[in-house]
Amino acid sequence: MTAKVATVTSGKGGVGKTTAVANIAVGLASLGQRVVCIDGDIGLRNLDVVLGLENRIVYDLVDVVEGRCRLRQAMIRDKRLPELYLIPASQTRDKSAVSPSDMVRLCDDLRQECDWILIDSPAGIERGFRNSIAAANLVLVMTNPEVSAVRDADRVIGLLDAEEKGPVHLVINRIKPSMVKRGDMLSVEDVLDLLAIHLIGIVPDDENVIVASNRGTPLAFDNKSKAGMAFHNIARRLMGEDVPFVDVENQGFLQRLFSGRK
Amino acid sequence: MAKEPSIVQIKGIREGLMVSFGDADWEALTSALINQIDERPTFYQSARMALDVGSHALHVAELASFRDILSEHGITLWAVLSGSSTTEQTAQNLGLATRISKPKPVETIEAAEAIPDDKALWIQHTLRSGTRIEFSGNVVVFGDVNPGAEIVAGGSVLVWGRLRGFVHAGAEGNEEAVVGALEFSPMQLRIAGKIAVSPKKNSKGNVEIAKWKDGNLIAEPWKSG
Repeated sequence: MTAKVATVTSGKGGVGKTTAVANIAVGLASLGQRVVCIDGDIGLRNLDVVLGLENRIVYDLVDVVEGRCRLRQAMIRDKRLPELYLIPASQTRDKSAVSPSDMVRLCDDLRQECDWILIDSPAGIERGFRNSIAAANLVLVMTNPEVSAVRDADRVIGLLDAEEKGPVHLVINRIKPSMVKRGDMLSVEDVLDLLAIHLIGIVPDDENVIVASNRGTPLAFDNKSKAGMAFHNIARRLMGEDVPFVDVENQGFLQRLFSGRK
Repeated sequence: MAKEPSIVQIKGIREGLMVSFGDADWEALTSALINQIDERPTFYQSARMALDVGSHALHVAELASFRDILSEHGITLWAVLSGSSTTEQTAQNLGLATRISKPKPVETIEAAEAIPDDKALWIQHTLRSGTRIEFSGNVVVFGDVNPGAEIVAGGSVLVWGRLRGFVHAGAEGNEEAVVGALEFSPMQLRIAGKIAVSPKKNSKGNVEIAKWKDGNLIAEPWKSG
């Protein structure tokens, strides 16, 4: 096995990186892939909470890097799926506890053991960001349909270009169809127009995401919600499948049928 | 202890440390520098370093990984000086300075004729937020200039694409400079000493040219001839 390392990053905070990592990981793992998630947000760890694995942390990323435990010991297995693991971040240290070359070494060790390594990058473009992209084979840049988030995504894409990290794919999170329709929110086209990179996912805004994150049960465990479906689709596209985009901006299939008859 | 003449020279400058690489291969030079750093780690802790690599042609992978190694030693690499244009390009891509700025002489604004007409910087990609291009001559961008990107040119600026960022043309005082774009909606525009903020308008597909006219900065649809 040679794993692909995929980093999820955004520049701006609060656009949904951690939620996306958890859900895409669940999506990939339910396709039978062996997935290891790494929380790159040292000092402000969240991924363990969203995945509901907080109470099982014994060792963390910094323990591995500083040699206090073996890699295997820091990998927490999610019991709901056969092959989903988490390497949590340390909560009591900061970004400088790990270096970019530590991350490269760690991922090289892991590559033989799994199919996917998903790295949750912290917000910002400093050390934590550099750590998170150091080993990446591909990068998912997340943004919300807001001008400030798109501006930061643009900056991050520029930095990734300069470092020759790629390919870079775009995930647009929290689209509200009704607001787009009223012209109060940037549309998918507006965002793509500016960023001009490959789109790999559109996730509609969904209150259940918050509920699921609080419970520690990522939405992707439940296939029925629209947001959960969107994350499953991203996982399938990462696997190379050609999945058509669900038209989130127009209300729904039935409504379009009826409005077409008038 | 007799020391062999070092291939790496380190001296202090106003902006921090200045490291000059001699004539040897890249591997040898970098490891020699790291050895010196390891000998006196406290001296180098949180230092700002400028690096003169001579004529070495460096690509992104080499320079980025060396920057990361330095940062693990607590050193910030902020500038790379080189005689090689490849290296300069690489350094600019990584957001590193390529010259150590000297204090600006007071009488810079009068260099209008000094810009050679035939010298232009050709940029063949979109400028994203956070990119800053400074050039003494004309600048031509084959791509978009996104909001948050900046161009400061001594001469004129032409954008074969959408201009939505910040442009300062004729930055050294040249009032003859013009700014043009296929889709003209800059966040802010300056020509020589005049500043204009573009009115909020939907400007899809309007080819415009901005220039000085009767002491004002105006933008008008482009007409040939």
